[in-house]
Amino acid sequence: MATPTIPAPRAEYDRHKTTRSQFELFAWLFMRLSGVVLVILIFGHLFVNLWSGSGVHQLDFGFVGGKWANPFWQIWDLVMLWLAMLHGTNGMRTIISDYTEKPGTRVALQLTLYIASGIVVVLGTLVVFTFNPCPTGADPSLLASFCKA
Amino acid sequence: MAKASTGTLYRGNEGMWSWVAHRVTGVGIFFFLLVHVLDTSLVRVSPEAYNAVIGTYKTPIMAFGEIGLVAGIVFHAFNGVRIVLVDFWKGGPKNQKKMFWIVLILWALMMLAFIPRQLMHTFGG
Repeated sequence: MATPTIPAPRAEYDRHKTTRSQFELFAWLFMRLSGVVLVILIFGHLFVNLWSGSGVHQLDFGFVGGKWANPFWQIWDLVMLWLAMLHGTNGMRTIISDYTEKPGTRVALQLTLYIASGIVVVLGTLVVFTFNPCPTGADPSLLASFCKA
Repeated sequence: MAKASTGTLYRGNEGMWSWVAHRVTGVGIFFFLLVHVLDTSLVRVSPEAYNAVIGTYKTPIMAFGEIGLVAGIVFHAFNGVRIVLVDFWKGGPKNQKKMFWIVLILWALMMLAFIPRQLMHTFGG
């Protein structure tokens, strides 16, 4: 005689058959994950650019050229740009939603936000990838030391 | 009757003020970031254009602006870690007030280290 099988009670029962988008869940999770990564990226950025050496006074074209000649800093700055802009844009989206009372105001402000953020992300990405540390015809005294070679 | 500032999780006290400060610093950092990507983009124009704009960051007035910027970033970073702990650590919600004071102490220590360094860079020494 075969052993009778009894299905586990309520195994197939799902009380919450949610049909809503999970966008807000991912946005909430993204803020926490990107936030932790941004702490490392931005503290590193501030340490190298504002703390070490002569701090803000060392910043010039040659300094940026020296950093972005190294793919390590290109990737660092690129990831920092994308994560910071997405993190900041989502934060601003939340704040706009919290304080606007008319849907028209909310949509107008958020649309402005998305356009501004899109331009800044695209511009920043192009600059990181198309930057030439030794532009031809430039004053050699303004360039990184390796340009003279 | 209980006062409005008691009996709720966040109204008043550490919970609400950390939330307010997180928003204020977040908005400030966002607008700086927009400007900062634009000024950095001048490296694609010419060395002279970039150096002229980055030179404005080296003035004494801007040195204090950078102290304010770092103060906002450091608070937002440490309080952000606190929010992650409140959401993901079992003991987080119970310890959120204690963690807020830890955030403020760590923030003060970072600023005590950075402010003299920044003033040395700006005014020599």
